[in-house]
Amino acid sequence: MATSSLVRSPVSQSPVTAARRLLAVVVANPFGTAVSLGLAYLAWTLGGRIVDWAFVEATWVASSRAECSPDGACWAFIVNRLPQFAFGFYPEAERWRAWIVLLAPPLLLALAMAPDFKGRRKVLIGGFCLYPVAAFVMLSGGVPGLQPVASDKWGGLLLTMVVGIGAFVFSFPIAILLALGRTSQLPAVRLLATGFIEFWRGMPLIAILFMSVIMLPLFLPPGVEFPRLTLAMTGITLYSAAYLAEVARGGLQAVGRGQSEAANALGFGFWATQGYIIMPQALRAVLPGIVNSAISLLKDTTYVMVVGLFDLLNIVTAALSDPNWLGLATEGYVFVGLVFWSLCFGLSQVSARLERDSERAHSRAPSGERKPQ
Amino acid sequence: MSVNATIAVRSLSKWYGSWRALRDISLDIAGGTCTVLCGPSGSGKSTLLRCLNGLEEWQQGEVAIGGVAVGYKARELRRLRRDVGMVFQHFNLFPHLTVLDNVTLAPRIVRGRRRGESEDHAMHLLERVGVAEHAGKLSSALSGGQQQRVAIARALAMQPHVLLFDEPTSALDPESVKEVLDVMIDLARSGTTMVVVTHEMGFARRVAGRVIFMDKGSIVETGAPDEFFDCPCTDRAKAFLGDIVNR
Repeated sequence: MATSSLVRSPVSQSPVTAARRLLAVVVANPFGTAVSLGLAYLAWTLGGRIVDWAFVEATWVASSRAECSPDGACWAFIVNRLPQFAFGFYPEAERWRAWIVLLAPPLLLALAMAPDFKGRRKVLIGGFCLYPVAAFVMLSGGVPGLQPVASDKWGGLLLTMVVGIGAFVFSFPIAILLALGRTSQLPAVRLLATGFIEFWRGMPLIAILFMSVIMLPLFLPPGVEFPRLTLAMTGITLYSAAYLAEVARGGLQAVGRGQSEAANALGFGFWATQGYIIMPQALRAVLPGIVNSAISLLKDTTYVMVVGLFDLLNIVTAALSDPNWLGLATEGYVFVGLVFWSLCFGLSQVSARLERDSERAHSRAPSGERKPQ
Repeated sequence: MSVNATIAVRSLSKWYGSWRALRDISLDIAGGTCTVLCGPSGSGKSTLLRCLNGLEEWQQGEVAIGGVAVGYKARELRRLRRDVGMVFQHFNLFPHLTVLDNVTLAPRIVRGRRRGESEDHAMHLLERVGVAEHAGKLSSALSGGQQQRVAIARALAMQPHVLLFDEPTSALDPESVKEVLDVMIDLARSGTTMVVVTHEMGFARRVAGRVIFMDKGSIVETGAPDEFFDCPCTDRAKAFLGDIVNR
């Protein structure tokens, strides 16, 4: 019917029209069509092989490598080792504590992703600021009701989480001070901040980790001992602070001079101006850069293996030498890759959501107001 | 009106490098009056205004407001600035805060007022400048004229003795100029001590107690608005007024 074709949306067009349009595209762009077809063929064959290996021929339940199908992935290895990959050597009786620490960050992110959630920013900031200390108390215990668990028993994803989030959160205030220092009017402050940033940024993380775990104790008074985890985290925190400081400095430069002038004219002091006026705008302006740093830091935590900490990557690597499960490096590393990818993807999703929020808030047209003609 | 609001400038000179922005300016402004600073661009009028609350540093001379010297010590400067409000050409509202928070932030942080009290006062001020219905919006969502009126309310919220205006209507479209000027006229008539850098001669004529004409960093002419506009004494002022009228 003539009338109905007018009402129809272009999506629900008849197959004939669709084919005609496709043909038009092919005729207009033969080279592009050829490339598309070639890529589609590649995706089909390669993708097919991957699906075969990972799902069709895969073995999920087995007690050793020998029971796995030789043609597919031996996921049984991962399944059997899952508790260890998640928690390291955390005592089984106390695992519930590790569960809470492990699940808190994803839950926090999920909560923050809820649509039209007003306090998103507050929940995220508050939650992640509290997390490192809360996680530390929860895991190490020693307070009434919680048995002490030495930090060398922590491992796997749990350790990755605690080190990654902890170092990032602790490095944040340091980074802000460094960024302010580097943009300061006072030459001595500027020199110190710049020197600090350039020193920590210029060193490979592996060197920093070795230094903090092997050299730092030499400078401590005899009898004072810190667990390796604390030393390694100190190193990563300072390393991350140097990078974040440069991101924050970019944000500071994005805030116009008029803002600090307005604050000064109202009688704000330096710290009040920074805290209430400049920093909130600066950090919002560089949110993508901050998330980028967080993602990069999370992956950098895998370097703690060089000082003998068993993070997710290291504990999987160690498990590969189990005589019952030899030769499963592919499965192990694919698993590690997927876990890291999911974490980082989650982070970038939350960041995108936060950016959309602030964009929407700032582009809201003045409603209820008529422009005078 | 208020003794606190007298402004005294003595032999003020300022250089930007080798270029002299202000030449030996001396000036007394009585409390409760509205003073208009005008002059061609680059004449030093904005620089002079920004010296009054210490946003600019100078090399020679003294400035005092209400008998208190405007100095370089951060704490004294901060105390003085609480009592000297400023409205900027580009509003400089805080874009990450709502209109209401823009107005209440300084009273809460700087004066230590409670939230409820300062919000009541802020709503009263927003009502006065005619933007109360936008109190909950982010300031960046408002039109230029509305933003500038919020900026005036923000300055008023500190209950300043003196209000400084730095070309408050220059960045506005013609329709918005009037809404801002109306608010300023209302303020001037209620006896607020105001120093206004502006090219709005109509405003000067209606409410200014005195017009100060500046050129090349010096005060060239000063007088009551009627005298100044009807028969300017100096050639430079005549030329300037001619330019303004013919624009």
